[in-house]
Amino acid sequence: MKKRLGFMLSIVLMFALVLSACGGGSKTNNGASGTNASASPEASAAPEESAAAGAKLKIGMVTDVGGVNDKSFNQSAWEGLQKVTKDTGSETKYLESKGDADMEPNLRAFVSEKYDMTWGVGFLFQDAMGKVAKDNPDSKFGIIDSAVDAPNVVSVNFAANEGSFLVGVVAGLTTKSNKIGFVGGMEIPSVTVFEAGFNAGVKAVNPDAKISRNYTGEFGKPDLGKAAAAVMYNDGVDVIFQVAGGTGNGVFNEATARKKAGQDVWVIGVDKDQSIEFGNEVTLTSMLKGVEAAIYQVSTDLINGKWEGGKSVVLGLKDGAVGLPENNPNISEDIMKKVEEYKQQIISGSLVVPTEVK
Amino acid sequence: MDKVKGIADKTFNKTSFLVPLVAIILGLLCGAIAMLAGGFDPILAYQSLLKKLFGSPYDMGEAIRAITPLLFTGTAVAFAFRTGLFNIGVEGQFMMGMTGATVIGITLDLPWYLHAPLAIIVGALCGGLWAALTGYLKAVRGVNEVISSIMLNWVALYLSNYIIRAFFVAKGQQKSDPIQESALVSIGWLSDAMDHARMHWGTVIALLGIGVFYIILWRTKQGYELRAVGQSPDAALYAGINVNRTIVKSMFISGLFAGLAGVFETLGVFGYQTMLAAPWGYGFDGIAVALLGGNTPIGVLLGAILFGGLSYGSAGMSFGAGVPPELVRIVIGSIIFFIASHGIVKFFIKPFLGRRADKRKEAI
Repeated sequence: MKKRLGFMLSIVLMFALVLSACGGGSKTNNGASGTNASASPEASAAPEESAAAGAKLKIGMVTDVGGVNDKSFNQSAWEGLQKVTKDTGSETKYLESKGDADMEPNLRAFVSEKYDMTWGVGFLFQDAMGKVAKDNPDSKFGIIDSAVDAPNVVSVNFAANEGSFLVGVVAGLTTKSNKIGFVGGMEIPSVTVFEAGFNAGVKAVNPDAKISRNYTGEFGKPDLGKAAAAVMYNDGVDVIFQVAGGTGNGVFNEATARKKAGQDVWVIGVDKDQSIEFGNEVTLTSMLKGVEAAIYQVSTDLINGKWEGGKSVVLGLKDGAVGLPENNPNISEDIMKKVEEYKQQIISGSLVVPTEVK
Repeated sequence: MDKVKGIADKTFNKTSFLVPLVAIILGLLCGAIAMLAGGFDPILAYQSLLKKLFGSPYDMGEAIRAITPLLFTGTAVAFAFRTGLFNIGVEGQFMMGMTGATVIGITLDLPWYLHAPLAIIVGALCGGLWAALTGYLKAVRGVNEVISSIMLNWVALYLSNYIIRAFFVAKGQQKSDPIQESALVSIGWLSDAMDHARMHWGTVIALLGIGVFYIILWRTKQGYELRAVGQSPDAALYAGINVNRTIVKSMFISGLFAGLAGVFETLGVFGYQTMLAAPWGYGFDGIAVALLGGNTPIGVLLGAILFGGLSYGSAGMSFGAGVPPELVRIVIGSIIFFIASHGIVKFFIKPFLGRRADKRKEAI
């Protein structure tokens, strides 16, 4: 019996050792604030900081189900807020939603902590945001990809069809098999608008191309994206445009595997320049959506005392909010010229890109 | 009186309290180590967790909202376990319950005192019949209920999605039209009192359900039969119990509970039904709840509170202490791991218990 007790004590001792070692070894900043907090449970460093600086605000953000590391939509929103912190010293924080049920409590968490502004990132926030904004008329909110008609909400939408038209042109001119794929997340307006523009772009330069489409129904499931891509590539598709958040990572994954096996396949990324994440070997180009810039703009405006509650904006090619990245090593000069041509037509208004899939 | 005391003694002896308690402490310690390794402050994190649960009326209400479906699914799994059946298809029965309630809630136009009860009953029956299908296959053809019920989960998921997409989808959305007011079971005054937390009558019914679970199994002749089949089907058969009928009946009742969980998610929480790419997970969490609670009514209640509370409060950890969600899941996982593994915990507390026993022996 004594032996057993001794063994147990030594395990506890070992735990304690590991525990203290970790505490000291990792970032010293955190270690220090950790001891502070444990000494006085109520103390939290944040409010003091903001009080000292005066004009610094607290801005929160709630992701949709894709999560903050989805390498596209939510991540670029968070990068926008991180930039706000870097430039203005304002405090920013995010919460992830695991499902529909979490969205409302997450938004309310920021409200009850007296955040100056709270972002809901994505179309799926429409209902939750509408309710929370109505119940808290004194709080400020921002929503991306949806419109909430309330005096305390700024709605930011993107003319994604315009940018998608341009990558459609690239796809239509690049494909060798004349088979092109579209992999979407959920079949909701903020995604189908990409498909509509993309289809129009492909048809404009390559009327014979066949476009196959697959909506996986999920933004956070790379395995579904990989399976969808595999089916398309097997079918002879050589360019896939993915608009599926985290699910789209699976499309890249499949393309990388096939590229290594010698197959000539491409992916067109979405929201961010995804060649940075997945490499130029498979990323033909990306359809950028200026979520980062939009969030940064509205948030810094608020910090500088400018707030236009109730406003709903649609940002497009002419605002530079959608389009291709600056560097496109995989696109030839000729194609780029064509893209530029169409871009000017869209900006001037002589070409109107459809927003709905026919 | 003696009988009550006997039951109480059996349920609440020293180890039955000590083991879960030590398990929770060990889990919290393990989680703390993980957080320290990641450079976060565990004490602040645990404070934030508690604050998220009890900090405001809204959070308390929402925590109850998160616990409610687990009460139902936990009861469903535990009920089937008592009859020797592993109902892993709670997820599918949950979906069917949701869909049944949605269909009634959208299509019919009735006064509230008929509409809501009808939607609840139809939803529950959908769940029950879905489960009875599994029971029937097992009873008649000997199909293993684990296989058939888990496969039926997917059938239920896609059937529900199909029904919503084909008949009830709101334009340009991934969800159904809103359910009519008369079918909703939210408690308006309580929601207002709790700062708009989504309170609904399902919580009350879930608690009653746990009572029903106890009464059916331990206070009726049928319940005795159900448990007898669970203990030993052969002996039950020899005693003249119709084993096949009992299996179907048990699955049906289990499915009723699972269906009710889904019913109250649509009628009480959302007021619409979303098309899902994957099951929600309340059904699988229900298995964990039932196992944590040792398939007893009180155990299911406590297990659901723990499980639901942790999963709702975990958002507080990322909010208050900046712990990333991935790490929060490790912490929650380690707590549940220790609670589920009685053996490890008993090994840890044995020296103390043993020493006490030794002393008692000496005293005698």
